[in-house]
Amino acid sequence: MALLQIAEPGQSAAPHQHRLAAGIDLGTTNSLVAVVRSGRAETLPDEQGRHLLPSVVRYADADAVVVGHEAKAMAAADPHNTIASVKRLIGRGIADIKTLGGRLPYEFEAAEGGMPRILTRAGAKSPVEVSAAILEVLARRAEQALGGELAGVVITVPAYFDDAQRQATKDAARLAGLHLFRLLNEPTAAAVAYGLDRRAEGLHAVYDLGGGTFDISILRLNKGVFEVLSTGGDSALGGDDFDRAVAHWILEQAGLGEGQDPRLLRRVLADACAAKEALSEAGAVPLDIDLGEGRRWQGELDRETFHGLVDPLVSRTLSACRRALRDAGLRPGEVADVIMVGGSTRVPRVRERVAEFFGIPPLVDLDPDRVVAMGAALQADVLAGNRPDSDTLLLDVNPLSLGIETLGGLVERIIPRNTTLPVARAQEFTTFKDGQTAMAIHVVQGERDLVQDCRSLARFELRGIPPMVAGAARIRVTFQVDADGLLSVSAREQTRGVEARVEVKPSYGLADSEVERMLRESLTHAEDDLAARRLREEQVEAARVLESLRTALAEDGEALLEPDERAAIDAAAERLETLAAGSDPEAIHTALKTLERTCAPYVQRRMDAGIQRAMAGRRVSEFD
Amino acid sequence: MDLTRDHFALFGLDRTYDLDVQALHDRYRELQRVVHPDRYASAPDQERRLAMQEAVRVNEAFQVLKDPLQRAVYLLGLHGIDLDRANARVDPAFLMEQMELREALEAVPAAADPHTALEAVLERIQAAIEGLQGRLSGLFARGDEAALAEAVEGVRRYQFLDKLRQEAEGVEARLEETG
Repeated sequence: MALLQIAEPGQSAAPHQHRLAAGIDLGTTNSLVAVVRSGRAETLPDEQGRHLLPSVVRYADADAVVVGHEAKAMAAADPHNTIASVKRLIGRGIADIKTLGGRLPYEFEAAEGGMPRILTRAGAKSPVEVSAAILEVLARRAEQALGGELAGVVITVPAYFDDAQRQATKDAARLAGLHLFRLLNEPTAAAVAYGLDRRAEGLHAVYDLGGGTFDISILRLNKGVFEVLSTGGDSALGGDDFDRAVAHWILEQAGLGEGQDPRLLRRVLADACAAKEALSEAGAVPLDIDLGEGRRWQGELDRETFHGLVDPLVSRTLSACRRALRDAGLRPGEVADVIMVGGSTRVPRVRERVAEFFGIPPLVDLDPDRVVAMGAALQADVLAGNRPDSDTLLLDVNPLSLGIETLGGLVERIIPRNTTLPVARAQEFTTFKDGQTAMAIHVVQGERDLVQDCRSLARFELRGIPPMVAGAARIRVTFQVDADGLLSVSAREQTRGVEARVEVKPSYGLADSEVERMLRESLTHAEDDLAARRLREEQVEAARVLESLRTALAEDGEALLEPDERAAIDAAAERLETLAAGSDPEAIHTALKTLERTCAPYVQRRMDAGIQRAMAGRRVSEFD
Repeated sequence: MDLTRDHFALFGLDRTYDLDVQALHDRYRELQRVVHPDRYASAPDQERRLAMQEAVRVNEAFQVLKDPLQRAVYLLGLHGIDLDRANARVDPAFLMEQMELREALEAVPAAADPHTALEAVLERIQAAIEGLQGRLSGLFARGDEAALAEAVEGVRRYQFLDKLRQEAEGVEARLEETG
């Protein structure tokens, strides 16, 4: 029987084990993975030395999934089975996708609850599955580089992603078998990578124009704390739209209209993208387009024409910047630095107009493609516990207002946008009719006053309200948004205490049972592997809890616990340790829960003591 | 955390209207360093839930204290005054002034130079708010019954002005977006 080791006060019982962590930038066009080695964040290349992994997944046949460059190379030849820019689809409903434009070359089917699936020769694939395929490749790359299993990852998302898009990204991580430490907003990650926390305090803007999304965040930095003041953007605007604008112009010049076949569209888009990139250096580029069936079109695109095509798009990004500044109560001139993120910020016209808007030249020292993954890796390293003395703290905000539907299709706003996370807000509602015993709650996200103009997140019913006259029941609905920006809602009838709690699983997300099914299907020896995986997960969790408990007890167990309390905790910990060495996941789980319950008062006292210490330290230092 | 402690006590600040804004921000950061869920990324679920609760409370308190209007409403609450139930007549002269400001705001989009016109309205609102803040700080410092009754009336005015300011900012947003 193992005994708990007790260390000298102030020393941790076991030398801290370095835990492997990675940061993943799951991008629209390209994705990257970065890790921290010897204190420095670096993105990892594949065997051919390429850092960027094109976010393209090809289902070559029923069993073969190809991700990255090889998939991208086949995009034009095999458009229906090659999925690019899946980030535009993640967390979206079938109705949204129709409005994204008929230009997508895929065939969709609507699955249960309006979640779209893409029909491929390997079957119908949800955007979550496609994203998980990309995550798996990147996680494997990190594990090979680090030589071990990842304890966890940080995955970045656009700050402007709504709850459904975040939840779907989290599901993708789960499907890829990854422990997600945190969903981190891309602009915040970029600010971390620039090491702005080491600078003097100030206000900074992060302008992030990726392939398919645009984000602007305004941050205040002070002594290691990144406080996001406001964020804004457009989750359907990016460099791809520049390409599309140019491609559209080419087709128009060539005398071709809409509704071309997918292969031709792909080719023209690729040419448009090449022309855009060439214009970063040249004043004009010649075009020679293969229109198929032996036809060609030749012409030229000069900078002026290009600016005319993209200026309206750049202006849309600047409107979002203006809104974000206003939300933060600032004017453009008050911003000390503008960080440029995303491959599309390489376009000189974008830099020019951003400089003009903020009145300062933007920061471009770090590779705009890699900066987000690097920041994510730095934060993953902190969250893994590898940098105990790091004082970096990221305080993010919720990007969109949350509310519920009230009579007449109006939105009652409960948490306004740009509220610092985590946050919980409660609101009381009452019944509309005498004897009403159920109430439907419809949660929406968005800035508009009418429900129909906002995004529907979830509907749930609170049943068993005691019958009373209209207006007598008191139903308290609590919205909680965690640090990842994910929402949960609970409702409680105040007089009798009827409770309903829902994880907000949007209609476009996956049900837990679906994730399990996919996990099972993805494993060859389904049953065995799943059981083994479950046992492994419980053992890892047990080891994690025991390690953190030992460290805590060594620090202040003596000061905060009575001898009998300490004995109870030791007994519960010992039992967990014994069971964790066995092979029954259920028993480990139960022992874990018992230990947690036993420790509850201690955990609370530790937190209080921490708060007291923080305040006391503050007071002492004020006398300096 | 002791839930009976008020927001001021949580931040270790004196219960005054004129609070030290710098100290408020500093202490907010210190508290978040202790309670933020990211500090518990590898901790057991229970500890994470607790951290989440505490961080929510710190954020809530910070929101209230940093906003001069919410701070005033909260201070009245600590004195046992529920603003929704308190009686306070708003001075007719003040209401007239409000109506006049509102008319000026409505006239902004049609003005020859809407930006300058809006700027003028915003400045008047700001000046009125600053005047109220000064008055409230004196009243809360006195803290007797008569002073608090007067503070209720002051807060009511502040609420009018705050709403008007939000509307003015809405007008500003529309002006900027239409060029």
